[in-house]
Amino acid sequence: MTEAELSALAGIGGGALSSFTGIVRDDGGVTAIELEHYPGMTEACLSRLIEAATARWSLLGAVVTHRVGIVPVGDPVVVIGVASLHRAEALEATAFLIDRLKTEAPFWKREHYVDGTVKWVEAKSTDDTRSERWA
Amino acid sequence: MKLVYFASVREAIGLSSEDRDVPHDTRTVGDVVVWLRGQSAEHGHALNDLSRLRFALDQNMVTADALLADGQELAIFPPVTGG
Repeated sequence: MTEAELSALAGIGGGALSSFTGIVRDDGGVTAIELEHYPGMTEACLSRLIEAATARWSLLGAVVTHRVGIVPVGDPVVVIGVASLHRAEALEATAFLIDRLKTEAPFWKREHYVDGTVKWVEAKSTDDTRSERWA
Repeated sequence: MKLVYFASVREAIGLSSEDRDVPHDTRTVGDVVVWLRGQSAEHGHALNDLSRLRFALDQNMVTADALLADGQELAIFPPVTGG
């Protein structure tokens, strides 16, 4: 879904392009996840995260794409790409963006199981710990 | 004010949004939650545990002690789980 954005970042002239792709995992009978978001606030939050990354590291470009609705197992949910002159900035900013997205961006997911049941996913304290290390 | 619910909170209340005239002495986000609990059994159940709720006032994240001030839209939802 974001190959075009990533190749645009690759052509921006830096020496480094880092990316992260989150993929729906087959967790004990999960067939798909369903993502809900807060229209308006979610987009604004992702823009603020990119602004924060750009203020903190010297970046040439950054893109965040996130799916909503039903996403089947094996498909990407989120793709993050960051371009910079050298690798350290791109790698760190990519980790920052996914860590903060997971604790700040208003998305909620529920799992659909093979037997037809659905279950809301609980937030994990390990995600809070990872996000807080960027404070 | 306009109240907006997401995810498990939306499901438990059975509404994605509603317009409510909150009492005049309602000052904070937490005051709204306490008042809403008494509006129906579903509200009471969905909003029972403040520590498991998160809030946005006019699409900005706030804590339960935030003043409503001129806020028009209060969103109530569980901790986020994107990515």
